[in-house]
Amino acid sequence: MKKTILAFSAFAIVALAACGGTEKSPEQTATEQAASADANKAPENPAADPERGMGKFTSVELGPIDATKAAAGEKEYEVKCASCHKLTDEKLVGPGWKGVTERHKPEWIMNFVTNTDEMLDKDPKAQAMLEICLVRMPNQNLTDDDARNLLEFMRKNDGAK
Amino acid sequence: MKNPTKILPVVLAGLSLTATMVGCKPKTAGTATATDAASKVYVAPGKYDELYNFVSGGFSGQVAVYGLPSGRLLRVIPVFSQDPEKGWGYSEETIPMLNTSHGFVPWDDSHHPELSQTNGEVDGRWLFINGNNTPRVARLDLKTFRTAEIIEIPNSSGNHSSAFTTPNSEYVVAGTRFSVPMDNENGDVPINTYKQNFKGNVSFLSVDPQHGNMKIAFQIMLPGVDFDLAHSGKGPSDGWFFFSCYNTERAHTLLEVNASEKDKDFIMALNWKMAEQLIKEGKGKKQAVNYAHNTWDEASHSAKSVMEKEVTVLDYKDYPGLVYLMPCPKSPHGCDVSPSGEYIVGSGKLAALVPVFSFAKMQSAISAKNFEGDYQGIPVLKYEDVLHGEVKKPGLGPLHTEFDDKGNAYTSMFVSSEIVKWRLSDLKILDRIPTYYSIGHLHIPGGDSKKPYGKYMVAYNKITKDRYLPTGPELAQSAQLIDISGDKMKLLLDYPTIGEPHYAQSIVAEKVKGNSLKFFKLEENKHPYKTMGEKETKVVREGNKVHVYATAIRSHFAPDNIEGIRVGDEVYFHITNLEQDWDIPHGFAVKGANTAELLIMPGETTTLKWKPEKAGMYPMYCTDFCSALHQEMQGYVRVSPAGSNVPIKFSLNQKDSTVAVAD
Repeated sequence: MKKTILAFSAFAIVALAACGGTEKSPEQTATEQAASADANKAPENPAADPERGMGKFTSVELGPIDATKAAAGEKEYEVKCASCHKLTDEKLVGPGWKGVTERHKPEWIMNFVTNTDEMLDKDPKAQAMLEICLVRMPNQNLTDDDARNLLEFMRKNDGAK
Repeated sequence: MKNPTKILPVVLAGLSLTATMVGCKPKTAGTATATDAASKVYVAPGKYDELYNFVSGGFSGQVAVYGLPSGRLLRVIPVFSQDPEKGWGYSEETIPMLNTSHGFVPWDDSHHPELSQTNGEVDGRWLFINGNNTPRVARLDLKTFRTAEIIEIPNSSGNHSSAFTTPNSEYVVAGTRFSVPMDNENGDVPINTYKQNFKGNVSFLSVDPQHGNMKIAFQIMLPGVDFDLAHSGKGPSDGWFFFSCYNTERAHTLLEVNASEKDKDFIMALNWKMAEQLIKEGKGKKQAVNYAHNTWDEASHSAKSVMEKEVTVLDYKDYPGLVYLMPCPKSPHGCDVSPSGEYIVGSGKLAALVPVFSFAKMQSAISAKNFEGDYQGIPVLKYEDVLHGEVKKPGLGPLHTEFDDKGNAYTSMFVSSEIVKWRLSDLKILDRIPTYYSIGHLHIPGGDSKKPYGKYMVAYNKITKDRYLPTGPELAQSAQLIDISGDKMKLLLDYPTIGEPHYAQSIVAEKVKGNSLKFFKLEENKHPYKTMGEKETKVVREGNKVHVYATAIRSHFAPDNIEGIRVGDEVYFHITNLEQDWDIPHGFAVKGANTAELLIMPGETTTLKWKPEKAGMYPMYCTDFCSALHQEMQGYVRVSPAGSNVPIKFSLNQKDSTVAVAD
């Protein structure tokens, strides 16, 4: 007898839960739709590759140093990066930039500076650095061009010609 | 064991007794709340509300932003009052926003927010709100949720019938509650010369359709009554503005008795399109006045205050046809226009009925020149001629009316603490719901526009008493969310407000949230003391003024060690936040500063002025938790006595000098 009651109430709870779970107010549905619409707008990220990170840059062509780009990159560096990164190998808030283009593929660098939050959450190399620095690198909202210019400046800083 | 059959009748009797008692008792919270209320106001964690709700902060002088239906407080936007939390009215950049012809005024009483409109519908660009005490109108930018402009109203005292707009926000109105001698006249007159010397005045502020900038386009000088509330015509009545007037007795003392002598006061109908035309024709008198016009510039992250010197005034006596009066019983307060624009509802605070005027009938009576006489030279229409009808026995103390999208009106009843729902077409009362307690304004999203969003209504109550846990003699005033989607109104939620809520506005979230700015772009920063990167940081002495060009980023200030400041110096910390990500402000505070903190948004430069009064070491730090090493975001300022020759020195990450220390 007791068991029957228990079983029945369990069934009732399940039934109730099922109702609660499926019932959505129109506004909830609306926000969910809005949320998924936002997600659709985000650039498609190919699966992570530890070498190039995650983000829109899958292949970056490098040539001889483009002085104009490197100069624009340096300007960008002074405003948005220099607070935390030195141009030597000394770690400040983040690692020094000396040798950065040897430690990372150009794609990885451009993905990291433009897709910072996702990389910090998922990319093993970015996460390993976060464990050392303990300050999440700010997303400085760089454009694709900004990122490319910065890369050129990093290459120049590493002695590329 | 007792005989169960003996107990049962007793229990039943008890049950029926309880049921009867519940039936007789006035509705309490428990019984008045809809049974499905919780699910209707529940917004799951991480989900957004359906509407933004902008509520006047009353004597806080600010605007509170809530989410509906949850009633969650999303933000308090400082407008007329200093807000140390945000540095508003304390930082050098924001101080000019509170400038007036009376100097810096750090407080006001904000009453009636009004969203900007396009074609009579709320559009989510700006929010206007009045300052009641030192008469002002503010415009808030809904891209940044900041006050973008404040304009003082000359020839006015107590800007109450404001800040209502025309259907395309061509104009925002302001009207004087206190009649006073005009600003260019001698106000130093005996009070008992009220009838000779005191005048009424309403102002029309034009709004630039592109950028929102306001300008006092013209004022209309009127008899010395008290203007209370207002609403624009729309649809067929577009081009007219309606103002409620009380104290047509023109009393200057014990108004609660002396301004209640007459059976009827007026709703004033003002033809603003005619006034606009007159101004175009160069009519009106230029009058010398002095009022502050304060604007916020987003590029320089700074405000400037300009004293304006002139206003154009149209005297109603010179332009017949500009204004008419409709008699309205017993000191009308609310003056509300139906979504169709045909009906104007006046709410006489002491009347036992709610008169509803017809715009079409008003037009006919004006054409037929059918007047019962004039008041101070303004034609007075006959009550019966312009009346659509009266809502009979609505309750006690009618104050304000809002409208839904189904042809119904809702009037708040202050004295009987209730909202009464009635039909516009036949004026039949359909429903009533108690409010807790003593409701003032009520609000339906879009409820004063062409297109109400008839799902929710909010009651803004003046008295709270036992609705919340007691907090001493003063309690937060209560808002109550009511479901109006069905035939019967249903109470859903109580939630506290800031200051005293008067009027409110709401808009579906979609019209605002997509435009919300996430951060200011560093490359667009035009602040004269900006610091574009740590390389540019410096400390510059100019006599006894010291300018600190500093930056903030997670998680340090540059510079974070400053020496060479002297007692007697005025130190200006200009902090540029180098972050370029959403929701990463840095705070800044220095010990002993008798201002407030700074709260610097990403990409913004903000300035704190500090006058250290004694020599010593003064720590400074970031006040807004920014990262795991936020607590390390700190530094020191060394202050030496006046006349000291310690040179200006500033640094970041400079290691200690290696001076041998004797053991």
